Amino acid sequence: MRNIKNNWLVQVIGFVLVLIMTGLTAQGLSRIMPPYYLQIGFFIGINVIMALGLNLIAGATGQLSLGHSAFMSIGAYASAIATVTLHLPFPVGILLGGLAACLFGIVIGFPTLRLSGDYLAIATLGFAEIVRVIFTNMQITGGAIGFLGIKNLTTFPVIMILTVAMIAVMMWLENSRNGRAMLAVREDEIAAESVGVNITWYKIQAFAIGSFCAGVGGALFAHTTTFIQPTDFGFMKSIEFLNMVVLGGLGSIPGTIIGSVVLTTAPEFLRFMANYRMLVYGLLLIIMMIFRPHGLLGGFNFRQAISRALFLGRRIRQGAKV
Amino acid sequence: MKDLMQQLINGLALGSIYALIALGYTMVYGIISLINFAYGEIYMFGAFTGLILAATYKTNVVVALLGGMMLSLVLGVLIERVAYKPLRRSSRLSALISTIGVSIFLSTLMVLLKGPNTQGFPKLFENKVYAIGNFQITIYQIVIIGVAAFLMLALHLFVTYTRTGRAMRATAQDQDAAGLMGVNIDRIIATTFAIGSSLAGAAGVLAGIYFNAVQPYMGTMAGLKAFAAAVLGGIGSIPGAMLGGLMIGLLEVLSVTVNLSEYKDAFAFGILILVLLVKPSGIMGQKINKKV
Repeated sequence: MRNIKNNWLVQVIGFVLVLIMTGLTAQGLSRIMPPYYLQIGFFIGINVIMALGLNLIAGATGQLSLGHSAFMSIGAYASAIATVTLHLPFPVGILLGGLAACLFGIVIGFPTLRLSGDYLAIATLGFAEIVRVIFTNMQITGGAIGFLGIKNLTTFPVIMILTVAMIAVMMWLENSRNGRAMLAVREDEIAAESVGVNITWYKIQAFAIGSFCAGVGGALFAHTTTFIQPTDFGFMKSIEFLNMVVLGGLGSIPGTIIGSVVLTTAPEFLRFMANYRMLVYGLLLIIMMIFRPHGLLGGFNFRQAISRALFLGRRIRQGAKV
Repeated sequence: MKDLMQQLINGLALGSIYALIALGYTMVYGIISLINFAYGEIYMFGAFTGLILAATYKTNVVVALLGGMMLSLVLGVLIERVAYKPLRRSSRLSALISTIGVSIFLSTLMVLLKGPNTQGFPKLFENKVYAIGNFQITIYQIVIIGVAAFLMLALHLFVTYTRTGRAMRATAQDQDAAGLMGVNIDRIIATTFAIGSSLAGAAGVLAGIYFNAVQPYMGTMAGLKAFAAAVLGGIGSIPGAMLGGLMIGLLEVLSVTVNLSEYKDAFAFGILILVLLVKPSGIMGQKINKKV
């Protein structure tokens, strides 16, 4: 059993099969679901991708970034320029969006990741503001008016396949050598460095992958809403993603997914309250943090819980008292 | 040259407002290492209180200013009690998110109370222009710089010479040790929130008078810039916050002088990043060596 599970070919085939199944299911769902729910599904997918990227930076590696929306905007604008101005196909646009954001992540990460904690937070925040101001004043992005004429190219299967692929990559990364090194950086930088972990290298790696996710998310966002403007990617947007990661449980992939789903659907559920919606949203954040300061699933290990449950079953069958 | 001097005066007035807000950030950070994101909203509530007092109750400028400070003070203590105190033992990030929740709550509350539109500030006193040598200074600017300087001096004297001030400094250095020496940590943290918030309230009223505009979302950008100012000066350091605030104000005004006004928001943050890269602990911050 163990050998088959660890065979890379089996893993790749399994991965592809899961993606195909996701695509088919999503295709089926997009036929039967009402447009309103489908639209929420689109945004859940985009937010999960965005939040997973941030979770890798802030959750796994412990580098508080308040500029995640800047990478999203870079991906959104880059992909929009690719498909509208350069007439490239949509998949190339998504890839270019991700790569552009990734490139900026590395360029920005290299100097700023020397900073720690709150200094890094304010540097990324500053970077995000600078990016927003530059996009507001650029010709090719349409300036403050926004980028018009983006085609609606995103489909539900595309979003779902990318979301599932991102989740799979993140789960694989979490247990890889790199993922463990990132965790070590989060737990204690100095201790990690003293046992030979190159902390700058892993920080930049986390930043690059996280920004790539944000770029992909941005590309999908641009081709879902068909209109983007610099104010879409303000400070509050970065905070929204941070909320998703922290609400679910910092560093936990299932937690991040649940956090994204909850916070994407919460404003829709609260829609009946009209103007009081954001009031309740703010209150919810405070109450959540007071009663579950580590997030909904913080400190909860899925794999361990499942294996414990299985183990318990076997022991009960063997006649053990519980 | 004349133009430059003029801009320096304008920058000084704007910078004083930023410095007042930055002081609150830096004091709270110095004591509990928390970035209080609800801070900009306290500033906004201060501005609105001043506006209501001046417009509805026709009070004079001193009452408006003190009223704004008082309400902000109460608000600050309330925030500490409700959204921060229960989280003191949990991670800093959850406390941060909690203050973000407060920030969203307060700005939405103000939209519900007073509507989302920008409101003008009633004229509290006649604006006069004085010419000193080559440049001009308005009475508004004199009032702002004067009030800010007075409050900063008062704060400095308070922190340096009073018993509570000494307890605050002790708590900032080592919370547990200060507690063992008989300092009431809870009260010191509440006092810090109260002082910082009242300064933000004063800044709000002054900004309302100066820009003649008050609106529910004014706190976000001002808060971010003041936070940038606090980090620029070295977060945790009170003189650093004053210096950082003045620098950000001056930079913003100078960027307008060199015809880059569209980029004025980027300017402040760009310089901040550059300074942090050269001196990661800020201009007046102290470098702390970390050990395992």
